[in-house]
Amino acid sequence: MGNRTTDSSLDKVVKRKRHSRLVDFGIRLVKEKPLGAVMGVVTILLLLVAIFADLIAPYGMNETGVADFLAGPSFAHLMGGDQLGRDMFSRIIYGARISVIVGLFATFLSIVVSLTVGGLSGYIGGKFDLIVQRFVDAWMCFPELVLLIIIMSFIGPGLWNVIIVLALVFGIAGSRIIRGAAMSVKENAYVQAAVAIGCSTPRIFIRHILPNIMATTIVLFTVRVPASILAEAAMSFLGYGVPPPTPSWGGMLSAEGRTYMFLSLSIAIWPGLALSTVVFSVNMFGDALRDLFDPRLRGGTRRYGMKVKNPQ
Amino acid sequence: MRTYIIRRLLLIVPTMFLVSILLFLLIRLIPGNIVDQMIRERPFSMDAARAAIEQELGLDVPIFEQYGRWLGVLPGVDGSFNGIFQGSLGNSLWTNEAVVKLIINRLPVTIELVILAILIMIIISIPIGIYSAMRQNTMGDLAGRSFATVLIALPNFWVGLMIILVASIWWGVSPPLRPISFIEDPIGNLGQFIVPALLLGMAGTGTTMRMARSMMLEVLRQDYIRTAWAKGLKERVIIMRHALKNALIPVVTLVGINLAYLVGGTVIIETVFSLPGIGRLLVESTSLRDYTIVSGVAFFYAAVLIMVNIIVDLTYGYLDPRIRFK
Repeated sequence: MGNRTTDSSLDKVVKRKRHSRLVDFGIRLVKEKPLGAVMGVVTILLLLVAIFADLIAPYGMNETGVADFLAGPSFAHLMGGDQLGRDMFSRIIYGARISVIVGLFATFLSIVVSLTVGGLSGYIGGKFDLIVQRFVDAWMCFPELVLLIIIMSFIGPGLWNVIIVLALVFGIAGSRIIRGAAMSVKENAYVQAAVAIGCSTPRIFIRHILPNIMATTIVLFTVRVPASILAEAAMSFLGYGVPPPTPSWGGMLSAEGRTYMFLSLSIAIWPGLALSTVVFSVNMFGDALRDLFDPRLRGGTRRYGMKVKNPQ
Repeated sequence: MRTYIIRRLLLIVPTMFLVSILLFLLIRLIPGNIVDQMIRERPFSMDAARAAIEQELGLDVPIFEQYGRWLGVLPGVDGSFNGIFQGSLGNSLWTNEAVVKLIINRLPVTIELVILAILIMIIISIPIGIYSAMRQNTMGDLAGRSFATVLIALPNFWVGLMIILVASIWWGVSPPLRPISFIEDPIGNLGQFIVPALLLGMAGTGTTMRMARSMMLEVLRQDYIRTAWAKGLKERVIIMRHALKNALIPVVTLVGINLAYLVGGTVIIETVFSLPGIGRLLVESTSLRDYTIVSGVAFFYAAVLIMVNIIVDLTYGYLDPRIRFK
């Protein structure tokens, strides 16, 4: 302590390092993964568009007759009009909101499911784990999309139905990954120490297990957001997802407008383009984050992985 | 090895049992009722008819009894045992056709789609993935990786739709409405299936490419590869003879995992291209709330995926002796 106050050079080092970890992480992101950083900007743009959709969109999402029937692009209607004369641009903007809501809420809830099922199963172990895992096994025998379709077809279309079903299906599938992480964290000495000093099981789970499986959880989150967005689009496309007239990008491509697409390609192009761009950038951004989180992938390497510099 | 195989095969029984319970509960407990729909479609049906329909379909008995009938351990409506144990998945609630027969009729289309998709996936992804690893962090690698990411991000139903639209608007070509038999017209058949298969395997191609790249990178950092370089071997020999075999082992698993996605994906692709496969059967019967077809198809999918997973695990053990002798 005494040394630190007298040694001014050391003081400087300490001071220079003093911006927050988030800023540090941002700097590393831009330096090491420029493409990922660009995609991060696109992702943030998407969020902003979704939040401020009401302000950005020139027309309401279901205002019919504002554009000409299947109109081509013009200054008044940047992406033209659809089969009911609705402004495509406004519908794409509002579609971003649907995608963001589904991407974030479904993923968040699925993570909650994963943490509950996988975390508890991995931490408690024993018979509980054995029984729960057999059910997870059985659940994972079905292709995800098939499960989604079956459940959605029975409970009916709807935004929150999609979110809940996605959360359930993805959540149980992801619980395996969380379980693995929880099982390895459980073996650490600090967990045994917590048990030894008489911490309750919920306390150990929340204070010691959960924070230490956060890295895995964040990775799972970055993978699941674009996957949920795509899954919602696919469901809406098949007619099980968000029902019309809500402007979901997948729903805009569904059978409802199919016959009109032969008359005007643009009503098929824009929703798909928006969807692809979003999934692409969120994926790339997530990849960049994952690489930065994973210490094993740090440090430069040249051809055939002969190390240029020691990463340590 | 033999005990391992036997144990894996024996484990199928409890897993399938749980699958059947899960499936049955999932489908029967979710609200929405076929009887309502049937009554709506029969103008003469009144409330009195409901009981008759329910009895006819066997929906009047408690749920565990229905489950027993489905399994084939309890006698069905007509008093005969007709369930999974007898190799039957029940009959359609609407048309009374055997679900097994419906599935078998639709099977060739789906199988061809999936097999073609896997072949295309392997042919495209592995060479590019390996090239990417060999030239890590060059423009070629960047191009390969970007290609993979684009493949993962593009929704296959949209690309399929665009292909159909563009082909129809610009060249006046539309996909044939009936499936062309491979035996009668192999070229026509491949022409019909190649685009759907390509789209079906699109995302899988991307993930496999990335997996092949990262596995190859890992292997290329091993000591024995450095030794091979030091011996002065040619690059081609090092890659093909030393690295490839070890790098591809995890990729085999990925093909197995991808199969689940492919099978799920057939539902979408068959709808987009109007191919009469099992996926279409599922979509058609969900809208009719035909429980027996839906559960039959889902049960079939689960059985196939369990088998494939076992085969993948065994292949894995065969390819990697370290796993085999554990």
